[in-house]
Amino acid sequence: MKLEIRGLTKRFGSFTANDHIDLTIEPGEIHCLLGENGAGKSTLMNMLYGLLEPTEGEVLLDGEPVTFETPGDAMAAGIGMVHQHFMLVPVFTVAENVMLGREQTRGAGLLDRKAAADLVRELSGRYHLAVNPDALVEDLPVGVQQRVEILKALAGGAQVLILDEPTAVLTPQEIDELMGIMRELKEQGTSIIFITHKLREVKAIGDRISVIRRGKVVGTAKPTASEAELAELMVGRSVNLTVDKAHVTSGTTVLEARNITVVDPRGHQVVKDVSFEARAGEVLGIAGVQGNGQTELIKSLLGLVRPDAGEIWLDGKDISKHGPLQSLEDGIGYIPEDRSHDGYVGSFSVRENLVLDLFRNDEFSSGLALKLDAIAANARDRIAEFDIRTESADSPVSSLSGGNQQKVVVAREFSRPLKVLIASQPTRGVDVGSIEFIHKRIIEERDRGTAVIIVSTELDEIFALSDRIAVMYDGRIVGTVSPDIKREDIGLMMAGAHEPVSGGAA
Amino acid sequence: MTDTTVTRTPEVPVRERADVRRQVRLVVTLGLALALLLWFAVVIDDPTVSYVLGERVTREFQPQPFNGAIVSWAAVAVTGAALALAAVNRFPKGWLGGLLMVLVGLSFYLAFLVWAYADQTGSFSAAIANPIPGTIRVATPLVLGALAGCLCERAGVINIAIEGQFLAGAFFSSIFASVAYSSLVFIPVALCAPFGMLGGVLAGVLIAALLGLFALRYQVNQVVLGVVLTAFASGLTAFLLGQIPGDRKAELNDPEILQEIRIPGLADIPVLGEALFNQTILVYLMYASVALVTFLLFQTRWGLRVRAVGEHPKAADTVGIKVNRVRWQAVLLGGVFAGLGGAYYTVGSTGAFDRDVSAGTGFIALAAVIMGRWHPVGAAFAAVFFGFMLNLKTQLGFVDKLPTDLLGAAPYLATLIAVAGFVGRVRPPAADGVPYVKS
Repeated sequence: MKLEIRGLTKRFGSFTANDHIDLTIEPGEIHCLLGENGAGKSTLMNMLYGLLEPTEGEVLLDGEPVTFETPGDAMAAGIGMVHQHFMLVPVFTVAENVMLGREQTRGAGLLDRKAAADLVRELSGRYHLAVNPDALVEDLPVGVQQRVEILKALAGGAQVLILDEPTAVLTPQEIDELMGIMRELKEQGTSIIFITHKLREVKAIGDRISVIRRGKVVGTAKPTASEAELAELMVGRSVNLTVDKAHVTSGTTVLEARNITVVDPRGHQVVKDVSFEARAGEVLGIAGVQGNGQTELIKSLLGLVRPDAGEIWLDGKDISKHGPLQSLEDGIGYIPEDRSHDGYVGSFSVRENLVLDLFRNDEFSSGLALKLDAIAANARDRIAEFDIRTESADSPVSSLSGGNQQKVVVAREFSRPLKVLIASQPTRGVDVGSIEFIHKRIIEERDRGTAVIIVSTELDEIFALSDRIAVMYDGRIVGTVSPDIKREDIGLMMAGAHEPVSGGAA
Repeated sequence: MTDTTVTRTPEVPVRERADVRRQVRLVVTLGLALALLLWFAVVIDDPTVSYVLGERVTREFQPQPFNGAIVSWAAVAVTGAALALAAVNRFPKGWLGGLLMVLVGLSFYLAFLVWAYADQTGSFSAAIANPIPGTIRVATPLVLGALAGCLCERAGVINIAIEGQFLAGAFFSSIFASVAYSSLVFIPVALCAPFGMLGGVLAGVLIAALLGLFALRYQVNQVVLGVVLTAFASGLTAFLLGQIPGDRKAELNDPEILQEIRIPGLADIPVLGEALFNQTILVYLMYASVALVTFLLFQTRWGLRVRAVGEHPKAADTVGIKVNRVRWQAVLLGGVFAGLGGAYYTVGSTGAFDRDVSAGTGFIALAAVIMGRWHPVGAAFAAVFFGFMLNLKTQLGFVDKLPTDLLGAAPYLATLIAVAGFVGRVRPPAADGVPYVKS
């Protein structure tokens, strides 16, 4: 099916999210849509899928203009979408999720679960997407959940498949598998729109590449274009893809985790006997696919979760029983992985958010009263220092872009003396300009002698920042390696393999 | 291609914090129970108590005396054994542990009864009566209310207004049944009370429609809304009751009540039969409703969609399901059951409507939803448990050992303990109470 987009525009009030976008997706083509976070890719796709109503412009399928009021209309027309955040009901089985919305029945609205399971088996056989139709979705690893999403779209008869940032949650091996699936689908005639901000992937799989910046298509490229060219097209200026950092010799051990085990509320061991040390003036990267215990490990270091076993030592002191407040006083800085949840209070102003963990200090309060002048002065300094783009210090943080929100969090954490900095996904959902800036500041903090721990699921980030890399899989650190290890080897470790012989152990 | 299952690394042999907490909780609970049981057993002077198999003493059911000391000390033994198991952390898990807890609870109940009925000082001594008939009656509205709660909350709408639906249902079923009897000649006398149930259903659906309107259309906070609707229903029914002139009470608020229908065969089962199968049509409807709601939620297309919009409305939206339409349907259907539950308080039991006749039981039905983990069958069993407690309060009212006011608070205290202590960690539908707004 040939999909044409002509002059599609979406305005939210005075803000234009999509500005006269023209695209043509040929049958059996993998069309990559490259753009930064907030460039307007998702808005465009939500219009294609009937989740948003276009302000102007039209969509044509095989030359016929179509309008979609609901996702149901889009599906009926043959458009399927795999959302970045999976649209699966976790407590349902695979078959139930696939059948939802177009249920097989034995008449009178009675569910025919067997027919649904058979359909899943048939489709998974035809497209080589191995899944068990009777498994509960919440028990499946993320990569398999994604297959369920793809199956769901195919079961709906999708001939154009939209994949929205599908690789963000996958291991390198799973990404390879996904690309295999995409090629398979393409051979069977399905067109694919592949949305991403990862240059490596568009070069690997794309037939054509369209680049979106600030809501406009700014150019198309061939997959043979270099990464630097693509990055420049995407960001609008030449970008430095590597982080400059001097090689340092690491100092003494600052933070030490000994045999940490954490059991989650469902009774599963999510961190298993983890020990590591973070040294002064060194960045320890914790790599791993999301959901392998990194979140719980970090929370236990901060006292947000009490580990079921193990000890945490900071500068020769046992801090295992310290809560979050004491951890702050101990000199641990924390950039949480979900900033909107743990990093700031969205309805509070930039000024207030910049002192969220500092207002107890004598500098910002005396007795019950806050020193508002000092807080305002602090905000002025931080906004200038960290180049936070905000209308004023009084604007609520929720009105800022993702990158600037993250800068508020980073600025706050960096405004007190730190012994340890723990940064979880420090650049998730952040534009390239801010990524450069945040990375630079983290390295500066390291050079000041702070022990830095970076948790990231993005291998590029791990490689760019780390002096040592610990890889987590299923709650364990399966190995600690030096950053000159090969990408494939670390990918294998992220899937559970132990330290490869070829990797230089650190 | 990797397999669909992940290879798990082995677990670390550590004792979980949760396991420690469980042991502490068990030892404290069982220890308290054992202390009370010992006290029950020791303070009794004359352990002779009597029981009847029927609900009250009749010619057919005569009191049988027995030695209560055996019961008291057996309960001490059972609880002591359970405590010993907990103390060495060998208390079984899973269904075996549940069974043991039920056993402990049952023996506690019996020993408590022996204590309460022994050494009576009054002029006549009461006998321990069969609690089942009363339990079923009291539980009927609770079960129906809990089903309404299940339907709403499975669809993602919190329904605190069950109490309001009870009141409206009770009032209008009384009115409908009374008017049918006194004014509508075309309705046979025997059908007047069932006609009243229809009024209850309509009133329940009306309150549900208000809930839907404000919760779904105007996205008002659902907890506040539910409380307001309950207050509204209480005020409205009290006002309307006051508008009935004294000389017209017989025409407007003096309904025929539902007659018991004996199911031959089943009703002859000893001890249970009379209690379960010699009841009004409302009770039989209650049995059927539990099966019906379970079937609807888990075996039909509609049920799958209801659960989907309650768990992940956006996922449902992206496959073309109209989220708010499904939620409306679930809320309105819930109103049918809650309204039927309300009908119990007038045509199903005492007749005329009185101010706040349901006395807060709507909130107990809500507790049953949670204790039953949002499953209709679980909620029904929880409602029966709460019905049992309410009935126990009535039965113990004949015994002078316990202060009546304290006794009045007991079922609610039991509700609180049950919901807090025995439910443990439960997972409500993920989108419960969250309005769905298209981004």
